Amino acid sequence: MDDQLHRSLGLTDDELAKIIEILGRDPNHLELAMYSVMWSEHCSYKSSRIHLKRLPTEGKNVLVGPGENAGVIDVGDGIAIALRIESHNHPSYIEPYQGAATGVGGIIRDIFTMGARPIAIMDPLRFGPLEDARSRWVAEGVVSGISGYGNSVGVPNVGGEIVFDETYKGNPLVNVLCVGILPKERLVLGQASGIGNLAVLLGSTTGRDGIGGVSVLASAGFGDEEEDAEKRPSVQVGDPFEEKRLIEACLELLDEGLVVGIQDLGGAGLACAASETASRGGVGMDFNVSAVPQREAGMQPFEIMTSESQERMLAIVEPENLEQVFAICNKWEIRSSVVGKVTPSGALRIVDDFDGEVLGEVPAASLHEDAPLYERPISEPDDMDTAITDQATTLPGPEKIEDDLFDLLMSPQWATSQYDSQLFLNTVVGPGSNAAVLRLKHPTSGEDTGRGMALTTDGNHRWCAINPRIGSAMTVAESVLNLACVGAVPQALVNCLNFGNPENPVVMWQLSEAVDGMAEACNAFDLPVVGGNVSLYNESQGTNIDPTPIVGVIGLINDLSKAPPGLTWDDGDRIILLGPEANGLNGSAWAFMKGHRRGSLDPIDFDLHQRVCALTRDLVTKELVTGLHDISTGGLGVSAAEMAINSGVGCTLARTPDHIAFFSESPSRVILAVNPELLTEVEQLAAEYDVPHERIGLAHGDIFTVKNLLTVPVKDLQEKWDNRLSDALDGGTTQG
Amino acid sequence: MNQNIGVVVFPGSNCEKDAMEALADLGATPLLLWHADSDLRGVDAVVIPGGFAHGDYLRPGAIARFSPAMEAIIDFAHNGGPVLGICNGFQVLTEAGLLPGALQKNAGLKFLCKEVELQVESTDSVLTNMTSKGQTLRIPINHFEGNFTCTDETLIELQSQDQVILTYRENPNGSMANIAGICNTTRNVVGLMPHPERACHTLLGSTDGRVLLESFIQGAHAAV
Amino acid sequence: MVYDACVEVKLREGIADPQGSTIEKATDNLGFAGITNVRVGKCIRFQVEAGDEEEAKNIVSELCDRFLTNPVIEEAVIEIQVVG
Repeated sequence: MDDQLHRSLGLTDDELAKIIEILGRDPNHLELAMYSVMWSEHCSYKSSRIHLKRLPTEGKNVLVGPGENAGVIDVGDGIAIALRIESHNHPSYIEPYQGAATGVGGIIRDIFTMGARPIAIMDPLRFGPLEDARSRWVAEGVVSGISGYGNSVGVPNVGGEIVFDETYKGNPLVNVLCVGILPKERLVLGQASGIGNLAVLLGSTTGRDGIGGVSVLASAGFGDEEEDAEKRPSVQVGDPFEEKRLIEACLELLDEGLVVGIQDLGGAGLACAASETASRGGVGMDFNVSAVPQREAGMQPFEIMTSESQERMLAIVEPENLEQVFAICNKWEIRSSVVGKVTPSGALRIVDDFDGEVLGEVPAASLHEDAPLYERPISEPDDMDTAITDQATTLPGPEKIEDDLFDLLMSPQWATSQYDSQLFLNTVVGPGSNAAVLRLKHPTSGEDTGRGMALTTDGNHRWCAINPRIGSAMTVAESVLNLACVGAVPQALVNCLNFGNPENPVVMWQLSEAVDGMAEACNAFDLPVVGGNVSLYNESQGTNIDPTPIVGVIGLINDLSKAPPGLTWDDGDRIILLGPEANGLNGSAWAFMKGHRRGSLDPIDFDLHQRVCALTRDLVTKELVTGLHDISTGGLGVSAAEMAINSGVGCTLARTPDHIAFFSESPSRVILAVNPELLTEVEQLAAEYDVPHERIGLAHGDIFTVKNLLTVPVKDLQEKWDNRLSDALDGGTTQG
Repeated sequence: MNQNIGVVVFPGSNCEKDAMEALADLGATPLLLWHADSDLRGVDAVVIPGGFAHGDYLRPGAIARFSPAMEAIIDFAHNGGPVLGICNGFQVLTEAGLLPGALQKNAGLKFLCKEVELQVESTDSVLTNMTSKGQTLRIPINHFEGNFTCTDETLIELQSQDQVILTYRENPNGSMANIAGICNTTRNVVGLMPHPERACHTLLGSTDGRVLLESFIQGAHAAV
Repeated sequence: MVYDACVEVKLREGIADPQGSTIEKATDNLGFAGITNVRVGKCIRFQVEAGDEEEAKNIVSELCDRFLTNPVIEEAVIEIQVVG
């Protein structure tokens, strides 16, 4: 066998040696291919696992923690919620529509494989600058793909984010979160059990989609154009119609109790599904490649085992239930074939017919459990000492502050109006608000529990670039505050860690720090991490992206008889600022816009933040505010502007002396709009919670005024807000 | 007065449960009708809900129109039975020839999900007989191919025979003559692109969809 | 005998084509002068068994009328070629 074969498959010499040690002999081509995909960064998390262990995962309502296809929590009334967030970054740079579409497909499968009906998705997206032609092309394709797939498969998109920045120029981030609902009894795990049980492959035929995609695409950064062109065939193409039928078929199979375990096929395809189900169940499997329905002629066993063709599931079925399984699949026009048998051996044997030649044999658990665990070197950035002293407050104030405000305004509506956000009649608060709010209806009876669930996704590369530890903690804190703004109590968190090349010690330091910051915040807020995803090698031409940990947090609302207040104020409302004084500009969108990407961040006062959240929840529940908005990207300036734009009513703000107070993004702050008759009650409540508060203005008229700083008609703000994205993207985009 | 209303489900339909929830909340008894079954189970009226029947492959509704359920529904309609096509359902009805015209891609070539203002043009249909002419209804649209088109002759017929029942106040998708919904000459088959079932619950926004579904439910009662 | 069929589904004359006009505008922005009258259709290829070319044409024609085109807005241009 070719000495270099393992290298072309992405394995190191050490990894090959380990495989030889496990098998007690040289691996054949098929076995090598399976190890190469299973031990790729994307599948094995070999560079990050050692750090992820530090995240807190326990909680009294956690039914399933990290390690399964999705996290699952108990939300009461016999209802469980499954959630997960995943990335499909590299494929989306090559083929934006399909990269994003198949990302949506993949995360949805992770959810219904747990027995949950997918009921919502959210898409936190990051692209290169709007001025860059290719970034515009990628953005348009990605939103189109999420829209095309998500709408067609029938899962509403209730929120997300869209961010444009230099750091993502060669590396867009396409993260998708999915939430599903199930009656607790329908919870099923992805494991094989029962010797003699059958593995049944459901769904699409298997072609050459994404062969080696896992190891080729996600485990290496992008190089020059020619190399990229070679990577082109590796992108998978999705079929949302197939997936919709697959959802219905699988949920019906689960409702009828016909399935012992079920696993979706994603990265590393059948190699992963077969080995993981066997290994989790502590058993082995004989896998018959010839029984796999193929879309193309002449496929080799290694291609069949590593193909990433979409819309396929592997179900473990007791033999006496097989006919019924076939019947339900036929009803939904889903292909179903017996491809495997559970054995006691612990080995994954790939065979050509159950009585035929053994083409490869590996210990099932070794593909997953013996994956290399790297402890990659870590080192702080060289210039850290000087970077932290370089404060953004030393930047000169802007000449025309309103121009800077205009540049920071961007409505996500260009994207969100392409998504169905209303399907299933659950969406009380959709995209564009503090958090999404959905009705909580019983999954079987459809009965409204009268309670609600709230969802938010958050990420901030600017804070994390400056200080990954504090930045990650601030990101989690922001999520918790977003949920508080709709009256929700946080329950669980899922994360997607998007970082650069792990072979770079500074990137590993960023990852390690981010994990620690996230852990600190999760512990402070009593928030278990129930799942996560890591995307590394987001690097092009030697430049790594800013560290971008993205979190998705779910909360519960006790009483959803009325919609929570939104980003709005009424003429005559008093404007109150809750929280500590603004502190500095480091990591703010304003500072980054001015080219200042350094500085330091102060640690969060978790205690104060908790009090601000509790107070905010209380204000919302007691219906004491007309509207409210947490302060984050763009500071007080953008938050207040958004409230003015949304309500069509202007304001006069005082006590905001300079651009620092206006654009600072220091945490734990909320703007409230309060009816004058409720003012005393609000301030009394704030005092009870020991939360600093300040009257900063009045909502009125149609002009947005900040004393001594700027005066601008609300409709001018509205125009910038509305048109930014459509101006940039509606003229058509090209690859550049 | 417990009207049985059949709600058809094709592979790829996704609004059937929403339609059933809205109908049930208004006092009717909804029943699911499987596309492969030609038995309409004695229902008093039929709703073809929104979604992506057969993935919208080839053309939206092009494959669904040949299903056994649709064959039965065509008979049902020819016998005066009330039939309501919502969004994808409207597309299926035009493909099946129960309504004139066709639905093309939106003029902006983007999927559009938003609330729009509709104007009632005619109260003479099973969907609008409890509304008043000129009434404004705020109802969400949610489609990629909602651009109504037909020949000039057909348009003249539709307008002169009072078959245009709903128009958009502000045309979101390029539809000819701002048409959002139409009915057939016997006024028992109606199709509209907006989703009335999504405008029935105070918690979710507008409740202007109720009067349309109530009209339809009442029409079902009358037909029995 | 087996025939290769190629059905070009076109929009009828006079039917508005938003895709076509959008593409036309974009070619302008890209610096291609003189691209006009852009119309977007689709091409459906398949194989059909028939006794002779005439029969193949008839089968395909009927398939177009009943299914592959929406006669309200589309028409088909059919090409048949024997295989091998």
